[in-house]
Amino acid sequence: MTPVRGTRKRKATIGATEAARAEHRGELLHAMLRIRRFEERCVELYSAAKIRGFVHLYIGEEAVAVGVNEALTAEDAVVSTYREHGHALARGLPAEAVMAEMYGKATGCSGGRGGSMHLFDTGRRFYGGNAIVAGGLPLAAGLALADRMRGHFRVTCCFFGDGAYAEGEFHETANLAALWGLPLLFVCENNLYAMGTALQRHEAQTDLALRAASYGMAAWAVDGMDVEAVERAARRATESIRGGGGPRFLEIRTYRFRAHSMYDPDRYRDKAEIEQWKTRDPIARLTDRMREDAEPVEAKLAEIERRITEEIDAAVDAAERAPEEPVGNLLRYVTSAPSEVR
Amino acid sequence: MVTDRPDERKTTYREAMREALREALRADDRVFLMGEDVGRYGGCFGVSLGLLEEFGPERIRDTPLSESAFVGAGIGAALNGMRPIVEIMTVNFSLLALDQILNNAATLLHMSGGQLPVPLVIRMTTGAGRQLAAQHSHSLEGWYAHIPGIRVLAPATIEDARHMLAPALNDPDPVLIFEHGSLYNATGELAPRTTPVDLDHAAIRRPGTAVSLITYGGSLPKALTAADALAADGIDAEVVDLRTLRPLDDAAIAASVARTHRAVVIDEAWRSGSLAAEVSARIAEDSLYELDAPVERVCSAEVPIPYARLLEQAALPQTADIVAAAHRAVD
Repeated sequence: MTPVRGTRKRKATIGATEAARAEHRGELLHAMLRIRRFEERCVELYSAAKIRGFVHLYIGEEAVAVGVNEALTAEDAVVSTYREHGHALARGLPAEAVMAEMYGKATGCSGGRGGSMHLFDTGRRFYGGNAIVAGGLPLAAGLALADRMRGHFRVTCCFFGDGAYAEGEFHETANLAALWGLPLLFVCENNLYAMGTALQRHEAQTDLALRAASYGMAAWAVDGMDVEAVERAARRATESIRGGGGPRFLEIRTYRFRAHSMYDPDRYRDKAEIEQWKTRDPIARLTDRMREDAEPVEAKLAEIERRITEEIDAAVDAAERAPEEPVGNLLRYVTSAPSEVR
Repeated sequence: MVTDRPDERKTTYREAMREALREALRADDRVFLMGEDVGRYGGCFGVSLGLLEEFGPERIRDTPLSESAFVGAGIGAALNGMRPIVEIMTVNFSLLALDQILNNAATLLHMSGGQLPVPLVIRMTTGAGRQLAAQHSHSLEGWYAHIPGIRVLAPATIEDARHMLAPALNDPDPVLIFEHGSLYNATGELAPRTTPVDLDHAAIRRPGTAVSLITYGGSLPKALTAADALAADGIDAEVVDLRTLRPLDDAAIAASVARTHRAVVIDEAWRSGSLAAEVSARIAEDSLYELDAPVERVCSAEVPIPYARLLEQAALPQTADIVAAAHRAVD
C-alpha cells in the first residue's frame, strides 16, 4: 500500500515560531468549525423543510477542504463536487451567499438556480458544484489547459471522491493531464464509500494513489483526518505544480460521519466503524494537539464558536428575509442573450 | 479555377471549412482546434489538413480518443478565456461526451445564475450515405436541438461552411456545428463576403409558390434536385434551408407555408421524435389554417443504418421520396 503521510511522528513546523504556529492552528480550527457548524445548521433547516432537494454533508471531512485550501491562492481555481459546502466555505464564499442558495433565494451564490449541489463564485474562481460524478474533472483539465496556453502560472484544484475513480472520465482526464503536463491538482477524497458501496466492493485496486501514479504523475496518500498533514501534502503538491512539474494526485483518506445524503438511511455501514472514525475527528484532533503543545485552546474555541454562531445566524436571517427569484425570470441565463423564443 | 464571374472562385465544402478555421485561428490567438487526428493526420475528413504546419501543435491539438475528456477540457478552456473549437469525429462518438455537452456546456450558465457563459464551438460530422454502417451513420443533431442553452447549426452550402464559423465563435454560448459527411466534396462557387452570416435565420434556397420543401444539412441537395424534378412536372416548389436547428426560425417556416399552403419536411433522422416532428408540430401550431393539405414528412426508415448499399439507400430519404411526398401534398 502507498504509505500514508501524516501518521508519522509529527514534527513542529520548521522555521515557524510557536506563536505563529498557534495562530495558524487557530485559523485552521476556525475554518473547520465554520464548515461543521454551518452544516449542522443545514440539517436543522432541512428538518424544518427550509432547505429541500439533495443535501450531501461534509461532516467529518472538513480537514480536506481546509488543508487543501491553505495551499491555494486567490488566483488558483477550484472545481468541486455535489458535496461541496466545505470546499465553498473554505474557498471564502460568504456563509450568507451559500445559505441563501440552500434556500433557493435570489441572493444565493447561484441566483437560486443551483441549490446545495451547485455553488458557484467566479470572483473566487470557484467553478462549482458538479453533481455528475467525475463530471468536473475534464472541466478542470480545460481550466488548467487554458492557464498553460495563456502563460498563467496558476493551479486548478479538482476535488472528487473515490466513487469518481470508477468513472471513465477520471481515467481520461488523468491521462490527458499527465500527457499534456497540465497544472492540475487531483484531490481524491477517499471516504471509503461510493454512495452506499464500500471501496472494496467497487474497486479492484483499492490503493488509489498507486493507480494514479501509473499515469506518470506523482501521487501520494494522506491522512485526511489531520488538517496539518493535508496542508503539508497540498503545499508540496502545489509547489511542484507551480514549478512546472505537471499534475499531482493526492489520495486523502477521510470519512463522512453522516449518511451519503439526507435521504440515505445509512444501512450499509457498521455503526462500530463510524464510531471508530469519529475518534479521529479532525477538529478534536487539532484541539488535542493544541492542548499538547500548551497552546491556548479554550478561550480561542469560545471566541471562534461565538464568531461562527454570529455569522451563521446572520446568514440564516438574511436567507429568511431574502427575496425569491421572480417567476418572470424563469428563462434568464439559458443563453447569454435574452432567451430564445420557445 | 476559372469561373464565369471574376469575384467568384470554385472551391469545395471541405476547403471552405478549412479556410474558415484558418481565418479564425489567424484572427484571434485565443482560438485553437482540438480533437482526434486534427493535427498530424490532417483531420479525420481532411478538413484541418495543413493547419498543424501553420499554427503548431499547441493550437492544432491532437487528443487521445477520449471524447468526454477533450470536450470537457474545451468547456474548461472556454470558461478560462480561450475560444476552443473542438472537433468530434462523428455524432455517434459525441455520445461519449453527451454528459459534458448537456450537463456542463448547456447548463453551467443557468445553474450558476449567469456567472459562467461557455463560449465553445463543437464541430462534428453527421449522417449516412457512405456505407459506414450503423455506428458511423446516424443523424442525432435533432437530439442536440432538444437542449436549451446551446445553438445548433447545420451548414448545408459552401457559403455557410465558409462563413458560419466566425459568428459561431462570437457567440458567448456553446455552438454545435453539424457537417454532413456527404457534403465535404461538394464543389461550387464562393463569392467574397464582407458581412457576417447571421445565425438566426433560415434561408430560401429556391423560391416557389406550390409547396414548401423544408430541410437542412445533407438533405438540402436532394431537396433542390427534387424541386428541379417537380418543376418539370409543373410544380413550383420552394426550398427552405433551416440552417439553424436551435433556435428554429419559426417566422421563416410560417412565412413559407403562408406562401405555398403545403409543406414537406425532409430530415435524415428517424421520423419518430425527429426535428421533422418538431417542425411539423410548429406548422400545426402556427399555420394550421394556411394549410391546404396535411404536412408530409420524409425521414429515414426506423432502422439502424445498414451497410449494404441497396439497403442503406432504401433507408435514407431520397429525391424520389421527396418528389412523391410533394405530389401527395399538391395533387
